[in-house]
Amino acid sequence: MKTGLPVIFAVVLGLGGSTVGFVLAPAVQLGSVKQTTVLNSTDLYPPQRIGDATLGLQVYRANGCAACHTQQVRQEGVACDVGLTGPGKNPQALSNLLSTLTLTHLTKEAADTVADQLTAAGGKVETHIVPAGADLDRGWGVRHSVAEDYLYDYPVQLGNLRAGPDLANIGVRSPDANWHLLHLYAPTSAVSNSKMPSFKYLFHLQKAGSTPSPEALNVPSSFAAPAGYEVVPSPEARQLVAYLLSLRANQPVYDAPFTPPAKP
Amino acid sequence: MTANETIHPTATATEIDASCKLPLLALLVGASVWLVIGSVMAMIAAIKFHAPDFLGACPLLTYGRVAAAANDALVYGFCLPASLAVIIWVFARLSQTVYALPLVPVVAAHIWHLGVFVGIVSILLGNSTGFAWLEFPRGGSILILVAFVLIAIPTAATFGFRRDRTLYPSHWFLLAALLWFPWSYASANIFLVAMPVRGVAQGVIDIWFGNNLLFVWFSLVGLGVAFYFLPKLTGRPLYSYFYAQYVFWTLVLFGTWCGIPAGSPFPAWIPALSNLAGWLLIVPVLGVLVMTVKTLGGAPVTTSSAETLPYFKVGLVAFIVSGIALHLVAHNEQLARITEFTWFGQAQVQLQIFGFLGMILFGALYYILPRALGFDFLFPKFTRAHFWFNLLGSVGLVIPLAIAGYAQGSHAYNLDAALPALRFSSMGLLLILVGNLFFAVNLLAMFLSWKITLVKSIFSAVTSPLTAVEVKS
Repeated sequence: MKTGLPVIFAVVLGLGGSTVGFVLAPAVQLGSVKQTTVLNSTDLYPPQRIGDATLGLQVYRANGCAACHTQQVRQEGVACDVGLTGPGKNPQALSNLLSTLTLTHLTKEAADTVADQLTAAGGKVETHIVPAGADLDRGWGVRHSVAEDYLYDYPVQLGNLRAGPDLANIGVRSPDANWHLLHLYAPTSAVSNSKMPSFKYLFHLQKAGSTPSPEALNVPSSFAAPAGYEVVPSPEARQLVAYLLSLRANQPVYDAPFTPPAKP
Repeated sequence: MTANETIHPTATATEIDASCKLPLLALLVGASVWLVIGSVMAMIAAIKFHAPDFLGACPLLTYGRVAAAANDALVYGFCLPASLAVIIWVFARLSQTVYALPLVPVVAAHIWHLGVFVGIVSILLGNSTGFAWLEFPRGGSILILVAFVLIAIPTAATFGFRRDRTLYPSHWFLLAALLWFPWSYASANIFLVAMPVRGVAQGVIDIWFGNNLLFVWFSLVGLGVAFYFLPKLTGRPLYSYFYAQYVFWTLVLFGTWCGIPAGSPFPAWIPALSNLAGWLLIVPVLGVLVMTVKTLGGAPVTTSSAETLPYFKVGLVAFIVSGIALHLVAHNEQLARITEFTWFGQAQVQLQIFGFLGMILFGALYYILPRALGFDFLFPKFTRAHFWFNLLGSVGLVIPLAIAGYAQGSHAYNLDAALPALRFSSMGLLLILVGNLFFAVNLLAMFLSWKITLVKSIFSAVTSPLTAVEVKS
């Protein structure tokens, strides 16, 4: 080689190729993602975030929450669940049989065998296909994350380290705003072995009046503020919690179908 | 004799070194300060896993902010400017001509460090963009992009004025690095910050940039510099031109597509393609292994190489380990499932920063600095100590982090499983911090004594009596 041209050619080929592949193509393919409909329903997913929840994403970003928390649920495959829909004519025999069988997380063949056995005993059964994976087993979601989940996020906070739990579904798992405020103020008061740093700077102390202020946080006595003071969450803390509660990726969509549990 | 030869005649090594002195000082003094600041911030972040509420009352130093600021201070504050300094010197030496326009990089270096300062302060104040490795908000990122281009242009011009027209393997790697960073940094910033794309495509672009910076760009610089110094220090030719070409092309073609984990919430073709690239990455890694063994195997250690050669040996081993880890994760789905979202990824990042590029840059700088500045280190014992601190520190940081990652991944991300190893890794970080202090002290002492000499010479020039000739006229 006598000139730099081959090097420039290599750069154009290598970086140019991967820029087209991993920057332009995703921008075109995913940049046009729109709201989708929830399967077997006319509801649109995801709902647009409103008010405090929108501001809360910026609090999440500013404090680098994504350094320790991901927002992406993995799914390794699917499994079959067998559900009993009718007891049939001999409920006693059926319940004896049921006590010997596993009905969830089966392979297709095993599910067919179980379904046959139950049908033979007179029961009416339905076989469902359900998402399966370690993340789902530990209750972090009901399906894997899909592109639509992040439609209204800027910046998208996927995260790459799980020092704490995944938060893609935290709004479903812990729907109590006060629990979240308490957890942010004194993590170990909510989760005894938590290593999360306290976000006390998102709260302030104010002199308690004769009756507790309606905004004041109900802190357990061992974490309580000095006597005569009460802990009040700042607007940022409330926004952050509103955002966390808005993280609910639990609707079945075209890319990740499943049968939601029947509503009672 | 052509015009080119008149303007840029072949220069002696001393002249070339002298022409690089000011750009090197401007880049490296700031870099050594960021190196120490970055290590201290990394230490603060690490202590939070011993005592979660350490400095917790201060929002500026909450874990999420200080950890990101530490990474950026190390990468943008130290790795990039120090790499540029080494590239400037290597290009001038390879071209056998004085560095073209040395004052441009001096100005650019100040713009660069100002950009890093703006970026780090913004992160600590909570104004980061929220994208990993691209945390600097607009002000900081524009400054460093402009500064990089300002340094790249005269460096490329020096390359253009080279006396020997043949390109060396180092030329390909370092020239590609000069083009790589502005391209990838600008594209990522355009699509993420200036005109952000909607939705999860942001995630793909962010991971793409992180891999291109930490794996591809670091590899181009680290290998390019190593391939320049290996023949110089061992006194035998690089084995071989063919292998180097092979490593360059495969690294550029495969490396750029790596890093997107399987199971990400992206269309399936994206992780699948990335996985294939990671699998193929074994090709350049084996190439480097052959080159290292064949070039270094049985090479006699001379007094001139004893100081710096160990840095390059360790750096190349770190590159091979790092490449094999990337390959294994792409190759073995079970391992990928265990290691993803754990400290294993952090171990790979730290290995790239301290084990690979850091080692090679320190080795190169310990060789370059006394020559470029024209006098020896004030504390020569520190250079030897720095090597051992950095080596033991990198091992003590990276291996426990990898173990912590594995433990965490095989115990359902339970942090308690990872904590013993994670806490042990702070020891490694502490050793690295001490080593980095040795480097910074040596460099700053050199800088101060140069300044003192400069001031003294100006002072004596000003106070010296006017000569008779001038009085007459």
